[in-house]
Amino acid sequence: MHELSVTQSILDIVLQHANQAHASKVTNIYLVIGDLSTIVDDSVQFYWDIISKDTIAVDAKLQFRRIHTQFECLDCYKQYQPDGDSILCPHCGSAHIKVLSGEEFYLEAIDIEK
Amino acid sequence: MSEQQKITIVQNILNANDGLAQQNRDQLLKARLFSINMMASPGAGKTTLIEKTLQAFTPDHRVLVIDGDIATTLDADRAAKAGASAIQINTGGDCHLDAIMLHRALSQVDLFNYDLLIVENVGNLVCPASFELGTERKVLIASVPEGDDKPHKYPGMYRGVDVVVLNKTDLLPYVDFNFEFFSKGLQVLNPNVQVIPLSCRTGEGLKDWFEWLGNELDEFRKNHC
Ligand SMILES: Nc1nc2c(ncn2[C@@H]2O[C@H](COP(=O)(O)OP(=O)(O)OP(=O)(O)O)[C@@H](O)[C@H]2O)c(=O)[nH]1
Ligand SMILES: [Mg+2]
Ligand SMILES: [Zn+2]
Repeated sequence: MHELSVTQSILDIVLQHANQAHASKVTNIYLVIGDLSTIVDDSVQFYWDIISKDTIAVDAKLQFRRIHTQFECLDCYKQYQPDGDSILCPHCGSAHIKVLSGEEFYLEAIDIEK
Repeated sequence: MSEQQKITIVQNILNANDGLAQQNRDQLLKARLFSINMMASPGAGKTTLIEKTLQAFTPDHRVLVIDGDIATTLDADRAAKAGASAIQINTGGDCHLDAIMLHRALSQVDLFNYDLLIVENVGNLVCPASFELGTERKVLIASVPEGDDKPHKYPGMYRGVDVVVLNKTDLLPYVDFNFEFFSKGLQVLNPNVQVIPLSCRTGEGLKDWFEWLGNELDEFRKNHC
């Protein structure tokens, strides 16, 4: 839902690094996004097409690497992906859980042309 | 021939917001102003709880309320009527407050004139969690009619909050709300977080909330002289 401000932040970071490297063009942007962060790829792309106009990143492809939510039960030591109805351990019902992945939210790299 | 190059960055996407949040935090510390960010879904009772809190705290404290809403000044008007100085931020469509919006609001007043800042975030159970504001504490208000499954369905919101208020307990007889399922969901995301069940309507449990807030306030002022 807040993809506009998120997309603006992505563009700011991309342009800052592209300019530092004296790029003439940005061709790819690699994003790593965990499922717990509730960002929708399509709407980021939608805003991207609007706000990147008139910048050197206008033709860049947004490459999303989604990271699934992965929990580990600290009582029975099994790993699982929560199914959306309950986040408790499906094996033993425990609420004693470690979050292994799913909270990622970063820009990994960009490809540029000089 | 153009030269191709990969640049490795690895930067948190909301870095800029987090940086500004830190500035807000510094500014609030300097003014010794204790602050809370209240988050909840629409209608959970944020403004009502703020009104009750003002009744209890304005006699002894100078309170500033900053209200985030997509449009309208209704909530700020309610806070002003209840005895606080109130600033409304209209986000103009945005589903959350961010650190820049709070920064602008903070610069409208002399922070040294207040002891307690209450920020009412935009009613939304998804977005506000991602945007740090720089407040000292984060409060999540859940309410009984929303259902006991919300921590399971909106895990992001419950991570990182410092206390969870469960409002509208007067409705428990009319709604299937399994407190154990709710608490277990919380425990997964936020082990040991304190839950304060209360009803703004009957007043039951309000004193526990006032006690939590009063203790936090005292603690903060002791640590930042
Ligand atoms: N039954 C019951 N109703 C309550 C309670 N607390 C608040 N309400 C009602 O819930 C409705 C919404 O309350 P608000 O305080 O405006 O909620 P809010 O979270 O500020 O809403 P937004 O700012 O619009 O997101 C109002 O009709 C309140 O009277 C409670 O403890 N019990
Ligand atoms: Mg309100
Ligand atoms: Zn288990």
